[in-house]
Amino acid sequence: MRVVILGSTRGMGRALARLMAERGDRLFLLGRDSEVLAKTARDLEVRAGSGLQIGIGICDLEQPQSLGPALAEADATLGGFDCVVVTAGIFASQAELENDPEATRRILEVDFVRTIEFCEEARRRLLTGGGGTLCVFSSVAGERGRKPVILYGAAKAGLSTYLEGLDHKFRRQGLVTVCVKPGFVKTGMTAGHKPPPFAGEPNAVARRVLRAIDRGTPVVYAPGAWRWIMLVIRHLPRTVMRRIGF
Amino acid sequence: MQTSDETLQGWGGTRAAGIEIRSDDLPSITRGAVLTRGLGRSYGDSALPPPGTHQIPGCALADRILSFDSSTGVLRAEAGLSIEEIQRVFLPRNWSFPVLPGTQFVTLGGAVGADIHGKNHHIDGTIGNHINEMLLRLADDSLIRCSRKENDDLFRATLGGMGLTGHILEVEVTLKRIPSPWIWAESERVTGIDAFIEALADAARSWPYTAGWMDALVRGDNLGRGILIRGRWAGASEAPARPPRPKRRLSVPFTFPGWVLNSLSVRAFNNFYFHKHPRRAKRGIAHPESFFHPLDVVRRWNLIYGRRGFTQHQCVLPEKERPGATKRYLEALTAGGLGSFLCVIKDCGSEGEGLLSFPRPGISIAVDLPMRARTQEIVNELNERVLEAGGRIYLAKDALSSAEHFQAMESRLEEFQAVRRRWDPEGRLRSAQSVRLLGDPA
Repeated sequence: MRVVILGSTRGMGRALARLMAERGDRLFLLGRDSEVLAKTARDLEVRAGSGLQIGIGICDLEQPQSLGPALAEADATLGGFDCVVVTAGIFASQAELENDPEATRRILEVDFVRTIEFCEEARRRLLTGGGGTLCVFSSVAGERGRKPVILYGAAKAGLSTYLEGLDHKFRRQGLVTVCVKPGFVKTGMTAGHKPPPFAGEPNAVARRVLRAIDRGTPVVYAPGAWRWIMLVIRHLPRTVMRRIGF
Repeated sequence: MQTSDETLQGWGGTRAAGIEIRSDDLPSITRGAVLTRGLGRSYGDSALPPPGTHQIPGCALADRILSFDSSTGVLRAEAGLSIEEIQRVFLPRNWSFPVLPGTQFVTLGGAVGADIHGKNHHIDGTIGNHINEMLLRLADDSLIRCSRKENDDLFRATLGGMGLTGHILEVEVTLKRIPSPWIWAESERVTGIDAFIEALADAARSWPYTAGWMDALVRGDNLGRGILIRGRWAGASEAPARPPRPKRRLSVPFTFPGWVLNSLSVRAFNNFYFHKHPRRAKRGIAHPESFFHPLDVVRRWNLIYGRRGFTQHQCVLPEKERPGATKRYLEALTAGGLGSFLCVIKDCGSEGEGLLSFPRPGISIAVDLPMRARTQEIVNELNERVLEAGGRIYLAKDALSSAEHFQAMESRLEEFQAVRRRWDPEGRLRSAQSVRLLGDPA
């Protein structure tokens, strides 16, 4: 499989890229910092052990003009691709954002607007090539409006809805959409936030996501327990949601 | 960064207030920090923050391989890369981490900090022997390389220095070429401590890997009965064609109630374990994980010790200088009457380069002790025996030793402290353990 990953240098994206490299997938890594990308590529090359080089390219969700050219470069290097993974995104709690309009604008723009712009570029290229898989990391935070993550949750809710729409419209044409909804995962992004019960490890999440990509599962909760937790949460009456701190 | 109230723990259950900040960007989180934590497998307080420090960086997410030379085996990686991961990636390519301790859940940084040793100590020494270079963040936040050629005093103090000389960011280590990723193992019953010491010395002459499990509860004639284990990497022709798959792991689901472990249940277990082994020697191909890290098969096995937890006392006794020291140590242990599931004995080779490196020629014994009212007293008693024999204890395991005992055992301490003062004149780098044992200010 030829895979383009936006956000492979850290956390869940890094864990997923390692699994893919180790099983022999050909990778092209997109990210903001060329030095960090080169280090990540080197790590993956040693782990893969096949002597195959891993391509890297600059792409920054905060620089919308970088999105199209980045995918074009990946396309040219790999000679077309079968899968695009997006794990990039930023996280901030409600407490951190509430009195910071600039940070609020940034999280909404990166996690919603720019991510979708990137997905649209990827969608067009995948469909031109006859189809493929678009796997995007959303969040369980998008399932209900929740006090600790109002803005982050709202952006992810929009993203999840967009991905569901894509899946309905384009699956017949060969474009499979995989929407990943991680619960709390112990990565650098959540460092310093107290892990709740059922907090996941990046490796376990990555294994689950890879299986979903291979099978074309449209929605995947990771770790798996979150599927059942969210089943309950989605059905909680608003009065109950309002009262609990969840 | 948002923080929350939490407690950090050593593997044995020693606690301290504080939280761990994990990030893949180790250089940025170690800035201004007093100590870095790895995977939390040191038993006592060596990876716990000193009182008054709330936040310490954790290196486990900084685990990138930076380079690997497949002709020489030289691996350079970030300090958070674990031995488990190194073995998973490189064993199938016939390279092994050169020194494998009882658990593989150790980061490179932790391996250097404790200057770990393994079943091959009598031949290959500690991990320090196989480290070429390190990148450290010093107390003043500057970055510095050290090796045998460059800043060698810092290099030697960092091997076994328990993270007190600087934050280890990157490590360069030479892996060991192996004929196959499988082990040829042999084990046999041994009765009596004198026979055990002899059998260990005997095995050490012809086997690269040796160690023994001992029943630490029986007294009298059976004192020191146990099982001797020896092994070597299997040849390409005798090993299975496929590389070993990582073991599936069981997990202890919850903290056991305190009464589960008592001298009766432990006695029964030890009896069972000893008699389960056939009278005649057992030999054959073994999975490297079961051979090197038998306890890792059960995740969170520390929970069987209950909420109060446990401590491990590991010491090395220079048996050549004062024969009978091991026997007197075991007698003090059995007189204490506390159950010990695990007692591991090993014949050590020569002393490492590290200024506080643990092993030295002699017999190393490690015993698990549940935390009870008398545990402190027993540890004091055991330390007296160690002092008498001219031995020393292993800091990665220790939670209860007194500063007096430790400082009396450690003749190299002044040299170590001098190097620390040179590179960290304000004494910023500290741990709960260095406050307890080295007299660092809290």
